[in-house]
Amino acid sequence: MIFMMKMLTGNYASAWGAKLARVKVVAAYPITPQTTIVEKIAEFIANGEFEGRYIRVESEHSAMAACIAAENTGVRTFTATSSQGLALMHEMLHWASGARLPIVMSVVNRALGPPWSIWSDQQDTISQRDTGWIQIYTENNQEVLDSIIMAYRIAENENVLLPIMVIEDAFILSHTMEPVEIPEQEKVDMFLPEYDPRYKLDPAVPMGFGSLVMPEGPFMEYKFKGQEAMENAMNIIDEVDMLYKENFGRSYGGTVEEYRLDGAENVLVIMGSVASTAKDVVDKLRNEGKNVGLVRIRSFRPFPYKRLRYILKNRKSVGVFDRSYTFGYGGALFTEVRSTLYGLSTPVKGYIGGLGGRDITTGLLEKIFMDIIRIGNEGIDRDYEWVGLIGDKRW
Amino acid sequence: MKNLTIPEEEYMLPGHTACLGCGATLAMRYTLKALGKNTIITIPACCWAVIPGVYPSRTLEVPLLYTAFEVTGAAVSGIRQALSAKGIEDVNVVGFAGDGGTADIGIQSLSGAVERGEDIFYIMYDNEAYMNTGIQRSSSTPKGAWTTTTQVGKVRDWKKEKKKNMVEIMAAHGIPYTATASIAFPEDFIKKLEKGKKIKGPKFYHVFSTCPTGWLVSPNKSVEVARLAVDSKVFPLYEVENGIYNITYMPKKEVSVKEYFSLQGRFRHLTEDEINEIQKEVDESWRILIEKEKWSKSLIKV
Amino acid sequence: MNEFPTPIATVPSTSNKTGGWRTFRPVILYDKCIRCMICWKFCPEPAIKIVSAEKYQAKNAAIAKLDAPEIDYDYCKGCGICANECPVKCIDMVFEEKLEG
Repeated sequence: MIFMMKMLTGNYASAWGAKLARVKVVAAYPITPQTTIVEKIAEFIANGEFEGRYIRVESEHSAMAACIAAENTGVRTFTATSSQGLALMHEMLHWASGARLPIVMSVVNRALGPPWSIWSDQQDTISQRDTGWIQIYTENNQEVLDSIIMAYRIAENENVLLPIMVIEDAFILSHTMEPVEIPEQEKVDMFLPEYDPRYKLDPAVPMGFGSLVMPEGPFMEYKFKGQEAMENAMNIIDEVDMLYKENFGRSYGGTVEEYRLDGAENVLVIMGSVASTAKDVVDKLRNEGKNVGLVRIRSFRPFPYKRLRYILKNRKSVGVFDRSYTFGYGGALFTEVRSTLYGLSTPVKGYIGGLGGRDITTGLLEKIFMDIIRIGNEGIDRDYEWVGLIGDKRW
Repeated sequence: MKNLTIPEEEYMLPGHTACLGCGATLAMRYTLKALGKNTIITIPACCWAVIPGVYPSRTLEVPLLYTAFEVTGAAVSGIRQALSAKGIEDVNVVGFAGDGGTADIGIQSLSGAVERGEDIFYIMYDNEAYMNTGIQRSSSTPKGAWTTTTQVGKVRDWKKEKKKNMVEIMAAHGIPYTATASIAFPEDFIKKLEKGKKIKGPKFYHVFSTCPTGWLVSPNKSVEVARLAVDSKVFPLYEVENGIYNITYMPKKEVSVKEYFSLQGRFRHLTEDEINEIQKEVDESWRILIEKEKWSKSLIKV
Repeated sequence: MNEFPTPIATVPSTSNKTGGWRTFRPVILYDKCIRCMICWKFCPEPAIKIVSAEKYQAKNAAIAKLDAPEIDYDYCKGCGICANECPVKCIDMVFEEKLEG
C-alpha cells in the first residue's frame, strides 16, 4: 500500500476531500477563514487536477442556490463557507434539505458579528440546527478530509438523502498544518461510486421539483420522511465510520467519540477541536486519580440521543461545554444533552465559553472538570454559566 | 393546410390555474414554442410558481425546478454547469421569473450569472408589480400606477418613480444578446428566441406581460393593452446585440400614452397634466432609443 | 405520495378542467371565420385546438382548405381575448347562464 502523507491545513484537507470525491460542481464565495478551501480547489482546477466545474458566484446565497440546482441536475456538488456566509445561506439550507439533496458543505466555524470577529466559535453552525442538515463536527485535519469522503457516502445513501455540513474550527484547524494521509484515489472511487440519482432534471422526463403543496396535501408527510431520514442517518453515520475503518484504517466513532469512559464518573460533553485539549486534561486528571472522561459529539444533527443516553446513564455528573450561546438560556448542546438524560438523576450542567475565538485553555477545562466533580458530590448549583469572562476570578 | 405564424407545437398544457387573460402564460407558451422540448426551466417565487397548479399537477412538458425568490440567476448557472460537467451542451437552460424576482430581489444573482457569461436564457415576464402577492409595487412598476403599496388615497401616493430599465442594465454587462418582447407580438418574441438559440452565453428577454387582475384591465383586453404599450412607445420592441441597438418594430400609427392608459384602472386617477408629463418622458425615451440605434449602428466596422 | 423523497409533480394539469371558471362562452361563427388562427395564437390556456379543414363549413373555397380553430370548453376560462383579437369579429361571447337556461 502506498501512503501519501502531506502537511495540510484543515482547509486544504477539506479541498483534498472534495477532489478525491470527484465533485462535479463547486459553487463558492470567499469568506475568511473558509477562503483557502476554494482557493485550493481553484489551484487544482488551474493545474488540471480537478475535473469539476467551479462557479465563482457572487454570494453565499447564490453558492447554495447553484449547488441545489446542480445537484438537482444529478451531479455531486460541494461548497464551503463560514459565519456570515452561512447565515446568508440560511434560506437555501432549508431548500437543500427539503429537496433532499445530498450536498456536502465544508463549514469553518467562525463567530457571528457584531462585533466583527473572524475567530472560532460554533455560533454559525448551531444557529442552523433546524435547517435539516446533518452536522458533523471534526477534531483534526485528517478527520476533516476523511469526513468529507464519508459525508458523500452517508448523504447519498437512499435512506438518508440529506445534505451534510462537515465542520472544522477557524484557524485552530483551518489554518494550522498537520500531517494528513491522502487516501488513494482508486480506493476512494470504490468507496464512493459515481453519483447518479434516480430523479433529476432531464428534458426526457417532464417533472416539477418543489411545487406548491396545500395543507391537506402531503407537506407534513414529506417533512416526516425527512425526520425518518435523520433517524436513519444516525445508524448510517456509525456504519460508514466502521466501513471507512475497514477501507482506510481510520475511524472516529461515528456519531459519538468516547474517550476514557471506563469507570468514568464525571464526564464532559464537547464538540470540535477543543476535544483534543480536553483529552489532555482528562489524561492529567486520570493520572491524579480522578475518574473523569470525555464524550465528543461528532453528529449534532442527527443528535445521537439513544447512544448518548446509554453512554451517560450511570455517570455521577455530566458537564456540557458549548462554544455558542442562545441568549435567554443555556447552550444548545447543553439543552440537548440534558433532555437526552431526562428522568435520570444525573446532574447536568452547562458551560458557555470560547466565544469569538477566546482561547479554551487546559487550565479552564481543568476548572470545569473540577466543577463537574463538585456537582457530582454536592448537587447542582445552577443550570449553566458562562466561563472565561475577563475579570471573573472563579474561572 | 395550416395558417400559422408561430410554431404549432405546445409545451404548456391547459388546466393551469392562471387568472383569466393572463399575459404571463402567453409569455411561457411562446418561450417554449420557440425553445422546444430540449429545455430545462427554473422558476422562482412568482405567479408562475402557482400557475402549474397544486402538487402533483404539472403544466409544462419540460422539467421544472421551483426555487427561491432571488436565486434564478444562480439556479440557471447550477443547472448549466451540471449539464456541462456531464458533457451535455445542447439543452436550453431557462430562468423564467417575474419583474420583482428579476429587477428587485433577484438582480444580484442575475447580474452574477450574466457577468460570468453562463450559456442560459433568462426570461423576465414583466407584469409590472408583485402580482402573486397581490399587486405590490416593484421597481418595474411604471410611473403613475396605482398598486396596493402605492395607493392613491387622499394625498395621491401613486408611484412617482420611473420604471427600471432592465435591458439597459443587461446591456451594461456586455451581454451578448438582450431584447424586449411583448405578448402581443409573439412572432417578434419567437424570432428573438430563435436568434438567442444561436448565441452562446447569456440571453436576457424583458417580456411585457399584461396582468388583467393587477392592472384593472378587462381580461379580453389583455393582448390589446400590450399592443397599445408598444404602439404608444411606452414599451418599445428592440434588441441589443453585443452593444448594437436594433428597433424590431416601428409603431405604424400614433397612439398616445393617454389612449394606452385609458384601458387600465391603475392609471385612472391621473390628471391630464400628469399624463402629459408622462407622455413627454415617453417621447424623450423613444427619441433617445432611436439615437442609440443610429449611434451604435454607426460604430459597426464595415 | 409518490416514491420520491421530495414532492415531484408528475400529473398533467389537463386533469384540471378549468372550463368551470367560465362566465362567458366564446362561440365561433364558422360561416364568418377566416381561419386566420389569431384566436389560437393568443389563447393563454391554450384552449383552442386546430382541427381538420372539413370539420366545419367555411365562408369560401379558399378558407375551406385551411384547418379550423375549435374551442375546447373543458379548459376555456372565457377570458375573451379570442373574441377581442378576432379580425372579422366572428366570435361571440355568450353568457353561460343563458346557454344553460
